[in-house]
Amino acid sequence: MSTVASSSQLTTAEPRRPWAVSRSTRLLGFGRILAFAIAAFFATIFTPLANVDGWAVAFLLINLAWVIGIASKLGAKERRDAVLRVVITSLAVLAFVPWLSILVTVILKGYRAIYPGYFVSDMRTSTPDDELNIGGAGHAIVGSLIMVAIATVVTLPLGILTGIYLTEVRGRLTFLVRFIVQSMAGVPSVVAGLFLFATVVKSMGQYSGLAGGLALAVLMLPTVSRTAEEVLKLVPDDIRSAGYALGARQWRTALLVVLPTVRAGLSTAAILGVARVIGETAPLLLTSLNTNGFVWNPIGGTVASLPTYIFAMFMYGTDYSNARAWTGSLVLLALVFFFFIIARRLGNKSALKANANRRK
Amino acid sequence: MTQTQITTSQGTNQQSGETSKFIGLETQGVHAWFGKHHALSNVSLRFPERTVTGLIGPSGCGKSTFIRLLNRMHEFIPSAAMAGSVLLNGSDIYAPEEDPAMIRLKVGMVFQKPNPFPAMTIRENVLAGIRLAHLKRSNHDEIVEQCLTRAGLWKEVKDRLQASGGSLSGGQQQRLCIARSLAVEPQVLLMDEPCSALDPGSTLRIEETIKELAEKITVIIVTHNMQQASRVSDYCAFFLTDGGPGYLVEADATRKMFTNPTDSRTADYVQGKFG
Repeated sequence: MSTVASSSQLTTAEPRRPWAVSRSTRLLGFGRILAFAIAAFFATIFTPLANVDGWAVAFLLINLAWVIGIASKLGAKERRDAVLRVVITSLAVLAFVPWLSILVTVILKGYRAIYPGYFVSDMRTSTPDDELNIGGAGHAIVGSLIMVAIATVVTLPLGILTGIYLTEVRGRLTFLVRFIVQSMAGVPSVVAGLFLFATVVKSMGQYSGLAGGLALAVLMLPTVSRTAEEVLKLVPDDIRSAGYALGARQWRTALLVVLPTVRAGLSTAAILGVARVIGETAPLLLTSLNTNGFVWNPIGGTVASLPTYIFAMFMYGTDYSNARAWTGSLVLLALVFFFFIIARRLGNKSALKANANRRK
Repeated sequence: MTQTQITTSQGTNQQSGETSKFIGLETQGVHAWFGKHHALSNVSLRFPERTVTGLIGPSGCGKSTFIRLLNRMHEFIPSAAMAGSVLLNGSDIYAPEEDPAMIRLKVGMVFQKPNPFPAMTIRENVLAGIRLAHLKRSNHDEIVEQCLTRAGLWKEVKDRLQASGGSLSGGQQQRLCIARSLAVEPQVLLMDEPCSALDPGSTLRIEETIKELAEKITVIIVTHNMQQASRVSDYCAFFLTDGGPGYLVEADATRKMFTNPTDSRTADYVQGKFG
């Protein structure tokens, strides 16, 4: 008793982290990586290795050389650890490079044509070759959002119902349904466009935002249903059992217990689907085509969209039109990014996750 | 209530029709299979109204299988099969005209692992059964308070009924699950090792809850804890397996089972000599 008491009185403990890597070690490691990165850059100038991929290969080789250089100082297990660490880190960097390259290129080339009017004006009174401070892609943004909204409204209920059929009902057709969903994921987007061209566009006698939205829905459905299925699979069976044990029928349990549990995951499914189709060009060229002005009516003829806007601007081929196309790409990327951010935020609010965190 | 409260398969024969309708839950020659695996053999038991019966026995002897037969949860396992009959107040719950969802309303269940609905608040969890089963109730506030009180949780959560069910501790979650089962007013409550994941304090609370529940409903509890069985139950049924299907060894008043059982294996088991 007395020893316990005295020890607690004596404590003037400073919190510290004996396991932490010291600052100097970290700086040294960072400096080394930086030096190697610069060396790899020179390698791309003086050797046949070129461009970012060449740089990444050089970077990997220099790192490997360094590891082999210090290998004699290390034990067998440490050596293997060091080599694997270099290989894995370098491959991660390698995978990161194209992504970064695309992003940087689009931002560098795309910022040129940005001015506030770009987001609110259309191209009715300006040509693609006009100065960059007139005209814009507002009509394309609106068209894209309308068509994606149509696709989402059609796809989300269908996708969720498919997910429920595959995980909750597990009916006799489960195998067939899953097979069809998976093969739909492989449908070339231009075929989806042709399908809607042959059905909706032909029967309506005109191109329309509705046809475009439906073509996007065909492409979006597999993504949404597969994500919904994966998300619904995460719901533990004991939650379903609890529902049944309370005298609930299966559809009530699915509707009132299982679906609310994965509300966030289902939003993520929808947004992944949106991100999948918002950049599709081929199906829209066959269904909604392109136009120069704002079109709010989805059955009122051709509609502009960001991908077809970008396509048209590049086809025009002048310096100013190219700049407009790059800015369109930047806006498209920003939209996808924005949707992903929303998906992540919703995902973090997931009730299931909150529960899992609690149990840790 | 002068007749033998609990009848084993070796004991008195039931002659349905001749005796007056037995009030409570009763099984007659119940068997269970999973595919070709014969899991449970010939169990006949009576669970009188407003009593607590403990089902004891080593792991794998079919206690959980048996308890899941009592509210038709057994049939959710695709390969499952059964034989015999389960009578609730004299009528067979496996009769073709019976609706399994209605049976589960009358015979509620609390699971081994606390499983509150994660997307619902504490209040919504309690009312979940009413919403799920489409029951018409107007006095929701009253039901929430009453059920949480009976489950021994009201004092701890009355100020945060809008908090998520998942934000409670394990023991509180289990009591929330009990409250949830009570809200649909079952006649029988099945509990499948309800305390196995809980600390001693929470266990004690739930045991008190069980005793209070038995003033109104029939409780059947599977437990691996002999002390718990002796503390909470009025009757005990001892299951065993010899490698084959599980079977009922003996069932009697708890006091007799723990002091002077008929079968020597029961004596060995309750004294902790095996299992």
